[in-house]
Amino acid sequence: MATESAPKSYTIPDATEGKPDQPLSQSAVSQSSRSARDVTFRVWRGDSSGAKFEEFTTKVTVGMVVLDAIHQIQAESAPDLACRWNCKAGKCGSCSAEINGKPRLMCMTRMDELPLDQPVTVEPMKAFPLIKDLVTDVSWNFEVKKRIKPFKPRKPDAPDGTWRMQQADVDRVQEFRKCIECFLCQDVCHVLRDHHKHDEFIGPRFFVYSAALEMHPLDTEDRVPDLKHRNGIGYCNITKCCTKVCPEHITITDNAIIPLKERVVDEYYDPLTKLFKIFKGK
Amino acid sequence: MNKYETYEHDVVVIGAGGAGLRAAIEASSMGCSVALICKSLLGKAHTVMAEGGMAAAMANVDDRDNWKVHFADTMRGGQYINNWRMAQLHAQQAPDRVKELEAWGAVFDRTKDGRILQRNFGGHRYPRLAHVGDRTGLEMIRTLQDHGIHKGIQVFMEMTVTDLLLSGGKVVGCVGYDRERGRFRVWKAKAIVLATGGIGRAYKITSNSWEYTGDGQALAYRAGAELMDMEFVQFHPTGMVWPPSVRGILVTEGVRGEGGVLRNSEGKRFMFDDIPENYRSSTADNEEEGWRYVTGDKSARRPPELLTRDHVARCINREVKAGRGSPHGGVFLDVSWLKEKVPNHVEHIKKKLPSMYHQFITLAGLDITKEPMEVGPTTHYVMGGIRVDGDTQMSTVPGLFAAGEVAAGLHGANRLGGNSLSDLVVFGKLAGEHAAKWAREQGGGVEPDPAQIEECVNRALAPFSREGGENPYAIQHDLQEMMQSLVGIVRTEKEMVQALEGLQKLKARAKNAAAYGHREYNPGWHTCIDLNNLLTVAEAVTRSAIERKESRGAQFREDYPSKSEEFSTFNHVVRMGADGEMTISRRPLPPMPPELQQIIEENK
Repeated sequence: MATESAPKSYTIPDATEGKPDQPLSQSAVSQSSRSARDVTFRVWRGDSSGAKFEEFTTKVTVGMVVLDAIHQIQAESAPDLACRWNCKAGKCGSCSAEINGKPRLMCMTRMDELPLDQPVTVEPMKAFPLIKDLVTDVSWNFEVKKRIKPFKPRKPDAPDGTWRMQQADVDRVQEFRKCIECFLCQDVCHVLRDHHKHDEFIGPRFFVYSAALEMHPLDTEDRVPDLKHRNGIGYCNITKCCTKVCPEHITITDNAIIPLKERVVDEYYDPLTKLFKIFKGK
Repeated sequence: MNKYETYEHDVVVIGAGGAGLRAAIEASSMGCSVALICKSLLGKAHTVMAEGGMAAAMANVDDRDNWKVHFADTMRGGQYINNWRMAQLHAQQAPDRVKELEAWGAVFDRTKDGRILQRNFGGHRYPRLAHVGDRTGLEMIRTLQDHGIHKGIQVFMEMTVTDLLLSGGKVVGCVGYDRERGRFRVWKAKAIVLATGGIGRAYKITSNSWEYTGDGQALAYRAGAELMDMEFVQFHPTGMVWPPSVRGILVTEGVRGEGGVLRNSEGKRFMFDDIPENYRSSTADNEEEGWRYVTGDKSARRPPELLTRDHVARCINREVKAGRGSPHGGVFLDVSWLKEKVPNHVEHIKKKLPSMYHQFITLAGLDITKEPMEVGPTTHYVMGGIRVDGDTQMSTVPGLFAAGEVAAGLHGANRLGGNSLSDLVVFGKLAGEHAAKWAREQGGGVEPDPAQIEECVNRALAPFSREGGENPYAIQHDLQEMMQSLVGIVRTEKEMVQALEGLQKLKARAKNAAAYGHREYNPGWHTCIDLNNLLTVAEAVTRSAIERKESRGAQFREDYPSKSEEFSTFNHVVRMGADGEMTISRRPLPPMPPELQQIIEENK
């Protein structure tokens, strides 16, 4: 199945928010009164022993993103405001947060997409334990990854130790490998966020990781039994909140989770397969 | 007495980008216990930003390619003051390292016959860059991470190393703190590999991430190691200059490799006006030939937009200074003109440059299939760093190794695009291998001196006791502004001497930088500590730039605009003197074996 390599147009459906794909010049013209204005931010501050919103006001100019504003607040009024960031270009997945209630990367959220006549709320990812202010403990994700069977390639195709793969066969795996591990999909999935099934459910990120390995043309490992028995793929009920928040526009549910569910079904619930297994004496 | 958790390993690797991960994997595979310390979360080092690809002479697209041509290209790009041994090992071993990544699960773009696809890039004679769209750095780090987590390496995330510990002149460990709680930790080690990247945060407009505060260079310098070639800071020619949300973000050279062209405010392709002598025979002299090269025509020569970065950056700078730049101080990089040549140009561009397309439409509302980008020179990479032995990657301090951007030598006076990603895995592997060998030869480890540790801890905590001291962000901001304007892409003696004076003042201010609040995840406190490293590397860059009275590679001096014969025979080396002040000296280039000299001649 060829995957769409161009990013789909993606709007957060909320009446109070602007469209992220609007050309800057147009919005700058129509919102000229917005250039260089004071904006109030309600930022979550505190740690596991207690936390609340604190308000800060800072000058916002044309072309800034939320992370720029947070840096300004650090430099001007709150030098110990804890915030995780690295590249400021949407590539490292460090600055995940919930902005006006929506899981977003702070460096990819333009100030001119947000309504500025009311305070902008910036909160940490709610599905993970709070460390301090906007920084959460995402270590569970790194533990989960270790438990998924690693890549195991077949023997090389050529005498020089290399393999042959066609571009059409790697397109869909390349879509999964765009993941920047921002964990916004994990943050928003109700199975983790609301039902706390961390011991039984690996979350959308790691279904994508599993799919990238299962569908890798060279891989010979079988992760289907783990997906069913240990990784909780049955818990996903195709709500698709993960797909909605992915900053890389990976079609998580349709391209990764559903095909994996189909493999589980084929293996465990297909009557014909069961019949063949009985005859083979498995 | 401060309490601290202590760990003991054979090898400690500081930095978990491509080089650090590869070094840790190698040391671990040789049976050593390995600790990997990183400032960010695992998998989020600056390596993720690399877009162009990994240069390796695999000859999958053009069978005329081989390691000798790659070696000659790297030496030419470095203006012949590279460490020739490193350039040789790099060219010879890069293909194996690329294949190894594929064996570990990396999925590169393919040729029609199913092999790893390679693309053109500035300074490379043949298409040589293995890539995945424009996210090759992410692919590399993710592959190394996913492979490395099963190798028994102990990973310490979000921790910063503040000092190296020495005993009898050898490294015996390091001290640092965890960002989360501010608790100090001690790592005992028999060998240490520094893989901490570059120094871009010393400049105002940079493509570099938050981590790039020159930690490794400063740690090594304070431990008595030598830094080399610090004057050579690469300014990537095409970083976005407008709008602010994308300022500093690089527009990968791959855009020019796919046919993107540079125009000034008059709409002219100004790169054709000034093709340097030593590249004339390999560069197209008309637009039609340039386009044919991009489509894969082997009889065509490359367009001048694909000349080396230092040259392109200077040409852009010249157009801007002459008043022919774009509205916000850059020039225009245009790939939308492909509509004249390619039938389905919108789909073509989105397929070849997906991250570029996505990034600019989302962050800036700019559609690269329809309009040009405003770009200009941006601080991007430092060729200089810790001086290491070409074979073992060990610095002049026994037991202290370095690999990746933090090490000097491979790239000489100017780095070719694509050579950094392959640098990481070639020298990451070599540094890890030799660090492991060194560790095994050490027998039992040596205990670090508790008094040394106490001193490091007290120094790190000092900002908390500076009542009414200065805001560290303000000092950092002033440093960045000063370096950008006085030690930037076009340098003069007068401005750089001014910068040295400015640095002394900033050093005094930094001694009074204050931190508030408590130790837990306190970026203000962290900045107070980082400042010391930034100031050290900024001084090394400035002093070296003043001493080199010529223009070569990435260093351009208005007062000495040409290359000089005298300066072609040595590198500048910086080290801490007995009185704690920075000293600088000349180190003659080691003589190159005749067979390598011949390779260079044959490929001129």
